Amino acid sequence: MAKTTTSRADKAKDASAVPAPADHNRERPDTPVDYKASKEELLEFYRQMTLIRRFEEKAGQLYGLGFIGGFCHLYIGQEAVAVGIQSALEPGKDSVITGYRDHGHMLAYGIDPKVIMAELTGRAAGISRGKGGSMHMFSVEHKFYGGHGIVGAQVGLGTGLGFAHKYRDDGGVCVAYFGDGAANQGQVYESFNMAELWKLPIIFVIENNQYAMGTSVNRSSAEDQLYRRGESFRIPGLQVNGMDVLAVRGATEEALAWVKAGKGPILLEMKTYRYRGHSMSDPAKYRSREEVQEMRDKSDPIEGAKKHLEAAGVTEDELKKIDQEIRKIVAEAADFAESSPEPDSSELYTDVLVEQY
Amino acid sequence: MGVEIKMPALSPTMEEGTLAKWLVKEGDEVKSGDILAEIETDKATMEFEAVDEGKIGKIMVPEGTDGVKVGTVIATMAGEGGAEAAPAAAPEPAEAKAEPAVEAAPAKAEDAEAPKKAESGTAKLESKAKPALADPDIPAGTEYVKVTVREALRDAMAEEMRADDRVFVMGEEVAEYQGAYKVTQGLLEEFGPKRVIDTPITEYGFAGVGTGAAMGGLKPIVEFMTFNFAMQAIDHIINSAAKTNYMSGGQMRCPVVFRGPNGAASRVGAQHSQNYGPWYASVPGLIVIAPYDAADAKGLLKAAIRSEDPVVFLENELVYGRTFEIPKVDDYVLPIGKARIVRAGSDVTIVSYSIGVGLALDAAETLAGEGIEAEVIDLRTLRPLDTATVLESLKKTNRMVVVEEGWPVCSISSEIAAVVMEKGFDDLDAPVLRVTNEDVPLPYAANLEKAALIDAARVVKAAKQVCYK
Repeated sequence: MAKTTTSRADKAKDASAVPAPADHNRERPDTPVDYKASKEELLEFYRQMTLIRRFEEKAGQLYGLGFIGGFCHLYIGQEAVAVGIQSALEPGKDSVITGYRDHGHMLAYGIDPKVIMAELTGRAAGISRGKGGSMHMFSVEHKFYGGHGIVGAQVGLGTGLGFAHKYRDDGGVCVAYFGDGAANQGQVYESFNMAELWKLPIIFVIENNQYAMGTSVNRSSAEDQLYRRGESFRIPGLQVNGMDVLAVRGATEEALAWVKAGKGPILLEMKTYRYRGHSMSDPAKYRSREEVQEMRDKSDPIEGAKKHLEAAGVTEDELKKIDQEIRKIVAEAADFAESSPEPDSSELYTDVLVEQY
Repeated sequence: MGVEIKMPALSPTMEEGTLAKWLVKEGDEVKSGDILAEIETDKATMEFEAVDEGKIGKIMVPEGTDGVKVGTVIATMAGEGGAEAAPAAAPEPAEAKAEPAVEAAPAKAEDAEAPKKAESGTAKLESKAKPALADPDIPAGTEYVKVTVREALRDAMAEEMRADDRVFVMGEEVAEYQGAYKVTQGLLEEFGPKRVIDTPITEYGFAGVGTGAAMGGLKPIVEFMTFNFAMQAIDHIINSAAKTNYMSGGQMRCPVVFRGPNGAASRVGAQHSQNYGPWYASVPGLIVIAPYDAADAKGLLKAAIRSEDPVVFLENELVYGRTFEIPKVDDYVLPIGKARIVRAGSDVTIVSYSIGVGLALDAAETLAGEGIEAEVIDLRTLRPLDTATVLESLKKTNRMVVVEEGWPVCSISSEIAAVVMEKGFDDLDAPVLRVTNEDVPLPYAANLEKAALIDAARVVKAAKQVCYK
């Protein structure tokens, strides 16, 4: 677990015995600094992270009650990543794509919790009209492009979104999130190659929550320092404390500056942790209860934000008020998702194709 | 007595070419490996090397000559010592570069036991017949021009690229090389590298990029050098492209065209010879098109590019060079999902698509000579299937044969047979018969390849069988 935000340059300095890399004169991004958030921004980070936490807890409950079926992958523990990154983006201009653990990214992009929860319960009012489910949610309006169930597919697709930004010269940047598990998929590297070759405006974000289902990074990855995975494609990487929203935002600022300067893609490895199982059905045999508890106690992103807020003079009462508001939003979303009707059976054959032939 | 230098076949399907340039002149001494001439085909320009040492005698075919048939003597060469007989049938030294010359020197001993110049089994897939009936939508009196399928496809892309700047083409060798099969010839010159994009050899990767670009609002044409290579990319075609509109409740479209040659090529073995029509046609959310002639290739590719849905557009390498007539109209776009009756008949319906249509037409000619009038239907679109046209024809003929250059199991033929059984049972006077390739990976050996592929004779036989003749 990285305690601070480090770059490869720092590491090279620390390890003086290691020879300088052959490409030492290649330009690299600066070592990111923690974002200096205003009180209002800090409150917003706290609000969004808490919304994701409470939303996911509620989703877990609804799953247990049988309202949500299939696979349901919760984002609890990883909130700082989506919130820190997406707070730096321009919704409607920059595009976002991720894998199946997608609820948090959608909430962080300002999408209505009601239509997300209603999708989880498979209702007509769901964002995909009940046809997508937890793993397949999209909002073209917000430039949120899913929600993809095939591990790693979003990296190729995201590279295509980056391609479209460049083709149209619209100034937008794509953020493609994937996990430490997806980082071992071949298409990730096919995409890296083209993204750098064509200098596409894309930020690749590895959300390294340390376990691909039940397989730890060390048991699956020959190079376990995943921020280095772009090096052979000349894509610089930064390793970031993904449990600290200000570190995440700071690194994102650096990444955006790099990409928007036309220097091509950049890779951010967010060291994070999921508290819950891979999906709702998880044997929890591959890691100890103590390990999870220690992360919760020492590195929780919401508790971390709270400390910053206290330092900024925000009172416990103010935070409680936010918490209550969020509980209300989530309760309403759950009520909506439970009570709204299922899709009409006539919807079975709609949307297969756009046109009539 | 010298050696005859013959027009080489530089690809498995080459029948003739242009002798673009002589790099030697009469009287030059040449040795093995020297480049003698540049030869152009519709696909590529290639260098033709000497395999023997000697002196160039007479140049029989001047440079710039078009349409030189493979095997034509293009020059003579005095052999080593000046008088030796041509070792034409002798095996060439194990030198990879000698390959074209081996093919250029067909064994003279016609009566020898040894195999002659290897003839591809795909030669059986050639057809002399042309689809006769015009598309019903073309106004009477329209002028026609002769165009190859390859040119028709290129023209379709170029026209759509002119009309819509969201359209671009990407794939391996589509730009500077002008297309591995020269389908994208000239596009780079007209549209530049922003819109005609050479990719690395990375099918899964660029299929993902193309699909993502379509999600992001562009209209990509993704060329696979062949659909065999698209196996590496099939996840994006199916999971990412085909399902997105449905999974997103209709809000996220994916208007991408995946195109390239499909089906058996010539003597390229099992991994390069497969018809993926049935695979893609089984997937809801995809449009699958497999045209036969140039007019359909053009009109349907233009429609595919305009479609808001993801399209798999299956071409056929063996058909690229065939010339057909195309109506000379400004904007020739055909409807997706409509079959075409390419020959009218009353006794038996032969349903096919892609290269099988040519064989069906050939078979129909033969059958006509025996008093059987076959109606030939070109499906053109495999998904959605135009079952109405098929069933309508069956009502008239009451007999049906389905012809498919592909495997029999879980095929388009099986699907047609099932539909006819379910919806046209009362119109059937005989069981539907399928004429398909043999149920084996396509072999390399010429005789086995020939045995594995469909041909017109098999179609004739099946048609007679359902007519009880």
